Amino acid sequence: MEWFQLLQRFFGDFMQGAGVTLELTAVGLLIGFVLGLALALAKTFGAPGVSKFATGYIELFRGTPLLVQLFLIYYGLPSLGLTLSQTLSAYLALGLNSAAYQAEYLRGAIQAIGDAQMMAGRSIGLSRWQTIRLVILPQALRLALPAWSNEPISLLKTTAVVFLIAVQDLMAKAKRAATTTYNPIGSYIAVAVIYLVMVFILDALLKWLERKTKIPGLETDTNPA
Amino acid sequence: MDIGRFFQYIASGTAYTLGVTLIALPSGLILGMLFAFLAVYAGKIATRFFSIYSTIMRGIPPIVLLFILYFLMSGAINLTPFWAGSVSLGIISSAYQMEIFRGAILSVSADQMMAARAIGLSKIQAIRTVIFPQMIRIAIPGWSNEAAIVIKDSSLVYAIGVPEILRRAQLISASTQQPFLAYTTAAFIYFTLVFITNRLLNRAEQKLTIPSNP
Amino acid sequence: MIKPILTVKNLTKRYGEHTVFENINLTVNEGDTIVIIGPSGTGKSTFLRCLNLLTKPNGGQIWLDDQEITAKDVDEDQVRQHIGMVFQNFLLFNHLTALENVKLGLIHVKHMSKEAAEAKAREELARVGLAEQADHYPGQLSGGQQQRVGIARALAMDPRIMLFDEPTSALDPELIGEVLEVMRKLSFEGMTMIVVTHEMGFAREVADRIVFMEKGQIVEEGTPDQLFYHPQHERTREFLWKITELYGKKEKEA
Ligand SMILES: Nc1ncnc2c1ncn2[C@@H]1O[C@H](COP(=O)(O)OP(=O)(O)O)[C@@H](O)[C@H]1O
Ligand SMILES: [Mg+2]
Repeated sequence: MEWFQLLQRFFGDFMQGAGVTLELTAVGLLIGFVLGLALALAKTFGAPGVSKFATGYIELFRGTPLLVQLFLIYYGLPSLGLTLSQTLSAYLALGLNSAAYQAEYLRGAIQAIGDAQMMAGRSIGLSRWQTIRLVILPQALRLALPAWSNEPISLLKTTAVVFLIAVQDLMAKAKRAATTTYNPIGSYIAVAVIYLVMVFILDALLKWLERKTKIPGLETDTNPA
Repeated sequence: MDIGRFFQYIASGTAYTLGVTLIALPSGLILGMLFAFLAVYAGKIATRFFSIYSTIMRGIPPIVLLFILYFLMSGAINLTPFWAGSVSLGIISSAYQMEIFRGAILSVSADQMMAARAIGLSKIQAIRTVIFPQMIRIAIPGWSNEAAIVIKDSSLVYAIGVPEILRRAQLISASTQQPFLAYTTAAFIYFTLVFITNRLLNRAEQKLTIPSNP
Repeated sequence: MIKPILTVKNLTKRYGEHTVFENINLTVNEGDTIVIIGPSGTGKSTFLRCLNLLTKPNGGQIWLDDQEITAKDVDEDQVRQHIGMVFQNFLLFNHLTALENVKLGLIHVKHMSKEAAEAKAREELARVGLAEQADHYPGQLSGGQQQRVGIARALAMDPRIMLFDEPTSALDPELIGEVLEVMRKLSFEGMTMIVVTHEMGFAREVADRIVFMEKGQIVEEGTPDQLFYHPQHERTREFLWKITELYGKKEKEA
């Protein structure tokens, strides 16, 4: 069990990297949620032009690798006069990318709640925006939760490529351990275990959140076993 | 360097990107489908084993698994980065594809197996003639999604030095000082590949749809 | 003196090439209960939705009391709170309890205080016989109870007129009665209502007028007795015969 000795030796270093990984996940998720919700609403309720733009954004970001988006932001934007630090580039790439995926989860739920509830809301005199805010979103967010729960975990795993622009995340620490010990396999297995633990904890947290927001009789489980 | 050769240089990485994808996707398909049927029909121990396999493989970032598998393979059997990377991505994808097929098998209702056995088909025959044809149709949308993911994840082999699209974009952006153009070109090529794949699989899905009244 | 609450003039609705209905005229007086009947796909739902502007008519005018609500500068949300609507599939807000369903419009449209809204909502629920179920979510109520919450939600806005679009056709036979009972009570209390329904017993008992619509046109309208015993058109007679036959069977089964 050489990976276990490696884990012990670099424990502090790895924990620091894991902290950065979690930060990247949290910031990316937050940017992605705000932007993703805006995109989902724009796509569903926006004027034709706005809706087209949202669709285009979603297709583009889902149709290209995150790594390319990351390089485009970090190496490419400076030639347009916008230079961002490594960390900021990573936040932005993860956020913009996650927005496209979150928009799809949210849009699916918004459409499922859709026209019927809009009609019910408007029939008692609520405005369009009031109906979206008070009637559609509270239901759509709950409905989207089971599918959306994939995103935090998926994003956590996705962050593991940002060490390629030298952000000091968990993977960057693994690479350092690999070069100092000449034991790449042990190093990467050690951090794989840490990633697994983080994924398990996040998964348990999301399951708890799902239980807490459940409403009696309101079926949110879209894929019954 | 003239602009035509600039684009050409990056585009020639497409061969590697496609090569990696065309090795990884089918090997993931074969393994994933095999694992899925074993997980569902080969008894409790198999179910347990593949559930652990899937949880571990899908709980670790692909790039981390790629590095582990790459170093294991290149140390043991001295594969080139291209082959080691492709096979690794195939193994990674097998876990995700297994989940797609397992879900599809389970959603073909258990009654179908019962009905098949009731007319005297063996378990294997029932799987082949009744479960499989229905399962495959259910699996296509999810599989189509996975195909796009494998195309995009093929960019990860950049990190082990395979001269695919992204690596070439980086090399040429260094020599021409045109990073924005280089990475935009790379993005465009990936997008086109994903787009075409989606279209093709969509068409396959429509062709295979079983007619029913809406 | 009899005063019209709702006046519809030459109302027309098209979807692209397809004309759903054309030049519909209808006057509804204060306290009237109008029942609309007609084959499915005839445009009854579309007509009701046009009346409270959930769907925009392509031509014609609608007045609610003295206000032309089809005029350009009308605040639609303002108009809709005066026209209650009850839907075939209830369309309750599924994330809210029965009480909260009724409260929502009171707070956000009528801008009532929380306390006043709560009191009024409880009153409306009691009116439809659901005081006990105030804290149940729609998913915990039977179809008949859900529809009664739908009625309470609309009534809470103190509408001038209520529109019912096949309020019982999504219900199991044994649940239809409780909803019709609430509607019957409303009608006797003097609420002005337009009801699309094929419950002929209800129509005969409660309707001041029955309107027979077919293929986007009003074929005939009159009192229940006129339509049932002296229909002017062959089509009216045929349709009524068909649905009473059906209704009679259902009654025997139940
Ligand atoms: N949003 C819509 N777009 C296009 N056609 C519609 C729409 N809503 C209704 N229609 C058409 O209008 C006609 C009348 O429908 P509806 O009002 O639901 O009839 P009814 O309620 O009498 O059964 C139908 O032919 C229907 O297909
Ligand atoms: Mg209708």
